[in-house]
Amino acid sequence: MGFASVYIARKSEISAASLTYAAFFFALYLVAHLVARYTVPYADPYLLPIAALLTAIGLTEIYRLGPSDAFKQGLWVVIGVAVFAVVLLGLRRDYRLLENYKYLFGLGAIALLFMPLLPVIGQTVNGSRLWVHAGGLQFQPGELGKIALIVFLAAYLREKREVLAQGRLKDWGPLLVIWGGAMLVLFATGDLGSALLYYGIFLALLYAATARVAYVAVAVGLFVAGAAAVYKGTPHVRTRVTNWLHPWTTDKVYCALTGTQTLRQDCGSYQEVQSLYSIGHGGFAGTGLGTGTFTTSSGHQIIPELNTDFIYSALAQELGLIGAAALLLLYMVFVLRGFRISLFAGDGFSKLLAAGLTFGFALQTFIIVGGILRVLPLTGITLPLVSYGGSSIVSSFIVVAGLMLISNRANAEVEGVR
Amino acid sequence: MNRQLTRLAIVSVLLLVTLVVATTYWQAWASGGLQARQDNAIQRVVQFTIQRGLIQTGPKAIFAANKKKKVGGQTLFFRRYPQHKLAAQTIGYSTASRSQAGLERSMNDYLTGSNTNLSNAFKRALDKLGGGTVKGNSLLLTLRPGAQRIAQQLLGSRCGAVVAMNPHTGAVYVMASTPSYDPNSISANYAKVLKIRGDCGAGHALLNRATSGLYTPGSTFKIITAAAALDSGAFTPSSMFDDPGYCTEYGQKVSNANNPDQSAETYGRVSLAQGFEHSINSVFCNVGMKIGAKTILDYAKRFGFYKTPPLETPADERAPSGLYKYTKAGRVLDDPKDPNSVDPGRLAFGQTTMLATPLQMAMVAATVANGGVVPKPFVVQKIVAPDGSTVRDTKPGNLGRAIKPQTAADLTAMMVAAVQGGTGTAAQIPGIQVAGKTGTAETGVDHVYTAWFVCFAPADNPQVAVAVVLEKQVNGFGGAVAAPIAKAVLQALLHG
Repeated sequence: MGFASVYIARKSEISAASLTYAAFFFALYLVAHLVARYTVPYADPYLLPIAALLTAIGLTEIYRLGPSDAFKQGLWVVIGVAVFAVVLLGLRRDYRLLENYKYLFGLGAIALLFMPLLPVIGQTVNGSRLWVHAGGLQFQPGELGKIALIVFLAAYLREKREVLAQGRLKDWGPLLVIWGGAMLVLFATGDLGSALLYYGIFLALLYAATARVAYVAVAVGLFVAGAAAVYKGTPHVRTRVTNWLHPWTTDKVYCALTGTQTLRQDCGSYQEVQSLYSIGHGGFAGTGLGTGTFTTSSGHQIIPELNTDFIYSALAQELGLIGAAALLLLYMVFVLRGFRISLFAGDGFSKLLAAGLTFGFALQTFIIVGGILRVLPLTGITLPLVSYGGSSIVSSFIVVAGLMLISNRANAEVEGVR
Repeated sequence: MNRQLTRLAIVSVLLLVTLVVATTYWQAWASGGLQARQDNAIQRVVQFTIQRGLIQTGPKAIFAANKKKKVGGQTLFFRRYPQHKLAAQTIGYSTASRSQAGLERSMNDYLTGSNTNLSNAFKRALDKLGGGTVKGNSLLLTLRPGAQRIAQQLLGSRCGAVVAMNPHTGAVYVMASTPSYDPNSISANYAKVLKIRGDCGAGHALLNRATSGLYTPGSTFKIITAAAALDSGAFTPSSMFDDPGYCTEYGQKVSNANNPDQSAETYGRVSLAQGFEHSINSVFCNVGMKIGAKTILDYAKRFGFYKTPPLETPADERAPSGLYKYTKAGRVLDDPKDPNSVDPGRLAFGQTTMLATPLQMAMVAATVANGGVVPKPFVVQKIVAPDGSTVRDTKPGNLGRAIKPQTAADLTAMMVAAVQGGTGTAAQIPGIQVAGKTGTAETGVDHVYTAWFVCFAPADNPQVAVAVVLEKQVNGFGGAVAAPIAKAVLQALLHG
């Protein structure tokens, strides 16, 4: 139903050419659906449609903001669906064999996170070293690293959850080493959004596995201490926090970008502030898809990174509070289905894996949208399935595939018992 | 493990609920505040997505139109002013930097169609949902482009203003202010516009002199003094005075205007009517001392002084007339508690600290023409919706009676005499009786005057009332420099 509405919106928005887009997208969704029917017949029926809908919303908005980016994004969706199919086909018998390779996943995660730091292929974008480029392609390996890390954590914590309580270094060691390595890399790359995300996932899984609030408390304490150190040590982070707390100034302050004295809203916090204006302009009903204002009267784009980090601002303007709330509701349904899968899963690994993937999905949404809405300092990460960005799309489809595999198994077991 | 998982699920949902709450905050609660912020780049553009209504005086005489431009997938409408300098200060401008002036500013709600009533809001919402352009309402003005053009041409490079209006309805026909500027060049060449100079030197072209230019009214104020003298019953037109060439006030001589040979004019024994006709200061000086400053000021107030005259242009682009005093904060209107502190002799012939706008003086002439009732000026005849229906049609109103009909008739006769054989002969029009009064106000610089002429015609059936003012005229007397402009405007309006 929702899909149809987006379809209609797309049609009314831009000529007949978009119809081909829509038809193509629909076909793609059908392929994904058929693969899922074949490989995971008992899987949760909500996940794929929601994922498709979110992708369609994202594509529509990206198309509206710049058709050339939408074409690239379309290609990435095709790749994402292909990866989705490969994961389902490859792991349809028993995904739990992944558990046996947990250390490989752990090391893989670190390696993936390290990749952007390597010379030649590494690339710095907006002060964060997150990108790897090979040939003509850019990729954020961290997105895959995130999934590898979740698999490792789920497997390791499932195995050691009983003994962790004894507090032996032998049991904690690998966990802390891999974890510490990951965090170190993250701070080295300057990607704070992801650091927050991974740490959050780690805490969530630790809590889920051990049921010890004390661990979480200690970990939060460590995080606060770490954050304070980072705040003192990195000007990049200090700026972010200042922009968050005081985006508007009435007096001119030093602007590092131009080296002159300007109001902060015209300099450091320009992006955040204009993004809030975009959201505020949407009001209750929004301006309507395709009729929002994103460029100045001379044609310059007002908000940089609009179709990646700030796609929520664009959507909130055009769809208004109603549309933005509906979008968040979709995320909420997705997350609730994810936790339902986790609750119904038969074994500890499946439970932790589903919980990790789902919580990661929710937390990522919270970090980027919360950053835009000034709930917390802004960090540039993508809005899962909606933002422009290939790595994000592919990794999100892997999350969907993973959750479907787990739910397929759980539901099949329930059916089998009957 | 399920207990922990349930808790995690709750935490996750709470995180997302926080986002819904925060979004609601920004889109509902804080939305207005965000939109009002100066640095809001979106609002700076959004105003141009609306197709503003036209400002016109007729189907072909369009003063403000739109030019379409496609930017970033949006159709934007920028303003275009086909009449350039004509009535520029009254029309005003609406530019990209969000600044507006004139009717473009004060009538913005109508021009953008955001004047709120239920059906309007509904139509707008439909337009928006349909992806259509929001269209504003058009203004139909009372201005007469032909007469307006003549007024601006005759003012030329001099600084000054002309206001012409219908004395019965208050419809403003001409509202000219020079130096003028081209509203088309506001957004690109604002600095250049600020540098426009008239003959008066620091000629701020953006200033609408017709409504906010404050000038010493000089002898044109004698209309009000005479009105007070006659209406209060203290004098009649035939009351007699001795004119030795000066009047004695506070033990000192207050001289009449000078003859060309620099000696003060002397008329001997004259009537009040003759004193008006020849604009004899000593006569009015004596009238003023007799009836007192309070009576004069009370009558001035009846004519509209001390109140900002009503009009559709922005309130801060209009000024009230009256006595002014200079304070640290600048020039402020001064309504003295003790009118005895005001020099009644000089006030009677429009000197002291009395300042008046051309619009106010046009209203004075119109009041006399209208039998003593002050017409309420307006410049927007009609507001028309995009579908052609009338949103608002201006009904002529008045600001109350200032003087008795008989007083108005007496004043008319005196003003007719002033044009026929007195100071205002330059305003004579063959076949039409013009009633008028000259004014030549001292500026504090020798031989440099503010030249006035206020009039109406035809005297027996008034159709048009006019006020003309010219700033800093070297040896320029009202009868010589201002009266011909008034005459030309009258002719254009009466024959055209």
